[in-house]
Amino acid sequence: MAIFLNQDSLVVVQGITGSEGGKHTLRMVASGTKIVAGCTPGKGGQTVDGGAGEIPVFDSVAEAVEKTAANVSVIFVPPKFAKAAVVETVDAGVPLCVVITEGITVHDTAAFFQYAENSGTTRIVGPNCPGLITPGQSNAGIIPADITRPGRIGLVSKSGTLTYQMMYELRDIGFSTAVGIGGDPIIGTTHIDCLAAFEADPDTDAIVMIGEIGGDAEERAADYIKANVTKPVVGYVAGFTAPEGKTMGHAGAIVSGSSGTARAKQEALEAAGVQVGKTPSETARIMRELMTARG
Amino acid sequence: MDLMEYQAKDLFAKHGVPTLPGDVAETAQEARAIAEEIGGPVVVKAQVKTGGRGKAGGVKLADTPDEAAERAGAILGMDIKGHTVRKVLVAQASEIDAEYYFSYLLDRTNRTFLAMASVEGGMDIEEVAATKPEALARIPVDALTGVDDAKAREIVEAARFPADVADQVVAVIGQLWTAFVAEDATLLEVNPLVRTPEGKIVALDGKVTLDENADFRQPDHAQLADVDAANPLEAKAKEKGLNYVKLDGEVGIIGNGAGLVMSTLDVVAYAGEALDNGRGGSVKPANFLDIGGGASADVMADGLEIILGDPDVRSVFVNVFGGITACDAVARGIVQALAMLQAQGEHFEKPIVVRLDGNNAEEGRRILDEASHDLVELIDTMDGAAGRAAELAAQGA
Repeated sequence: MAIFLNQDSLVVVQGITGSEGGKHTLRMVASGTKIVAGCTPGKGGQTVDGGAGEIPVFDSVAEAVEKTAANVSVIFVPPKFAKAAVVETVDAGVPLCVVITEGITVHDTAAFFQYAENSGTTRIVGPNCPGLITPGQSNAGIIPADITRPGRIGLVSKSGTLTYQMMYELRDIGFSTAVGIGGDPIIGTTHIDCLAAFEADPDTDAIVMIGEIGGDAEERAADYIKANVTKPVVGYVAGFTAPEGKTMGHAGAIVSGSSGTARAKQEALEAAGVQVGKTPSETARIMRELMTARG
Repeated sequence: MDLMEYQAKDLFAKHGVPTLPGDVAETAQEARAIAEEIGGPVVVKAQVKTGGRGKAGGVKLADTPDEAAERAGAILGMDIKGHTVRKVLVAQASEIDAEYYFSYLLDRTNRTFLAMASVEGGMDIEEVAATKPEALARIPVDALTGVDDAKAREIVEAARFPADVADQVVAVIGQLWTAFVAEDATLLEVNPLVRTPEGKIVALDGKVTLDENADFRQPDHAQLADVDAANPLEAKAKEKGLNYVKLDGEVGIIGNGAGLVMSTLDVVAYAGEALDNGRGGSVKPANFLDIGGGASADVMADGLEIILGDPDVRSVFVNVFGGITACDAVARGIVQALAMLQAQGEHFEKPIVVRLDGNNAEEGRRILDEASHDLVELIDTMDGAAGRAAELAAQGA
C-alpha cells in the first residue's frame, strides 16, 4: 500500500528535456517507476530516452494526462518557470505534484500553494525537496533507490541527505515510503500530512520523523502525534548549533529571535512521547531496536 | 537579505509610501550637507542591522547642520553589538502625535501571508504579541487576491486605527502591499508608523527582508547588499557560489546537503563539549558549508580552499553521504582537490578527517587509502569522525 506513491503511479516529468530532468528520468525508470510522459512547452511530439524505451514529450500537462493517464507530475523546471508548471499540473487535475526545483521565490510558492488549495485536487510535495520513494514500487524525484529496500518503516524529512543517511543505516529493515518534504519556508506536504498517512497505512509499522530549525512544523507535528498517532515515532532534529538569524543552507532553516530553535522542537517531540536521537546514527539505532523488539 | 533602514525608506518612497525627507551619509561633511538641505532639526541614526541603536547612543537629535555633522562624526565608526557603523541616516526630525505598528510577513504555519497591525507601536512588537496579544491584529492575506481596498479596510478596522486617520492608513497599507509584492519581500515592517501633529501618516522607520531567490527578476536588488559588513570568508564563498556560514569554533566542516551539514555541526559540538579549545571554551564547528549533492572535485577544492584559509580552523571534517554521486567519485574529488590546491602552491598542514558513507562507500575508502595523503584520516562513522576531528582541533590548540 505505502503512502502517496505505489506501483500504479504513472509519472509525467516536467522539464524532461533539461539535463537534470533527463538524468533523473533514467534513474527513476531504473528504480521501477512507470514514467509515461514528459512535458516541455514547444517540444511536443519529440521523444526522450527512458532507458527501457522512448518516452513521448507533450506541450502541456493536460495533453500528457489525456494521452497517458499520468497521475503524478515531477517538476524539474528552473525556478522562474516552476509556478506556471504547478498551475498547469493543478489545472490538469493531477492528484500528486512533486516539485524538486530549488530556489523558487516565496511569493511564487505561496501563490501556487494557494492555487492548489483552492482547487482541492492536487497534493504538492516540496518545493526544494528530493521527492518521495516507495522502494520496490515507484520513485518520484531524486532519492537514490539502491541505498535501501522495501520494508515497514515510514520516513518523513525536511532534509534530503539525512533521509538518505537514515534509509541507508536501516537498509536491512527497509521502508514503506520515504517522503522528503523539503526545507523551504512554505511547503505543500507537511510532517503532519505524512504522519496521518503513515498512521493509516497498514504497510507501515513505525515512523522516523526528521526535522530542522525554522518555523514550528515540528512542534505542531508533536501535538498531532500526541493526539492522533498510535504507531511508534522516532525523531531527529538538526541545527542545535545554528546561530540566530542565519540561514543554514535551506531557505527555511533559520532561527528567528527565540523561535524555531532545535531545542524547542526536541522538547516538544519528547513531550509527545517521541524518542529523539542525539545524532542520526543514534536515531537509526533507536528505530532498529524498536523494530527488532517487534520481531 | 535584510535591508538597512535608509534602504527600506527608499523602497517605501519608491512605492509612494509617505516618508520624511532625509538621506544617507558616510561622512560628517555629507551629514552636514543633508541637514542643510532639509533645514531645521534633524535626527542622525546609525545604520546597522541590529536592534537597540537608541540605547547604544546611535540615534541623536541635531538642531543645526554643524551639530548634525558633529553627531554623525561621533556615531560613524561606533560599534553597536558587533556591527561597525559605516553609514548614518540624516532625516527630518518629526513631532510625533501617535505611534503605530504595521507589517506584512510570511506566515509559515498557515502557508500564506499575514498583515499585523497595532495602534500600540514604537515598542518591541514581540513583547506586545506576548504580553498583550489582543492589541495586535493578525489578518491573513491570500497570496492570490492580495490586499485591495476592502482588505486594507478590514485590517484597519481589526487593528482599531482611529477614524480620523483610517482613510490614510488604508491608502498606505495598500502601497505597502504593492511594495511587498513588487519587491519580492518576505518581511516588510513599519515601526513606528506615525501620525504627525498635522494629522499626516508617515513611515518613520522600517525593516525589509528581500527574497534572494527573486534576484532573477529583481536586478536592482544586487546593489543593496552590504558588502562592507560581510565576513571576508563568507564573501569569498559567495563569489564561488558556495553555501557557507562562518561560525566561531575550530573544526572546519564540509558536507553535502543542508540537513546533513547542520547535523554535522551538532555532532561535532557534542563531541567537543568536554574538550578544551585553548581559549576558555569547548571545541566547536568553525563554519557551515554545504557543497550540494554533486560534490565534484572542483567544488570540493573550492570548499577546502575556503576552510583551510580560515585562521580559526585547526582541523577539518569532510562528511559526505554518497547518494546520487557515489562515494568513489567523491573520494576521487577529494584526492584531486588536494592535488589542485597543492599544485596552486597552497601550503596547509591542518588534519582532514573524512567520513564517506552510502553508495560505493568501500570503493571510496579504498581510493582514499591508496592515495594515503599525510593529512587525511579516514573514519567509518559520522559520530566517530566528528569525535576525531574535535580531538585533533583540541590538540592543535
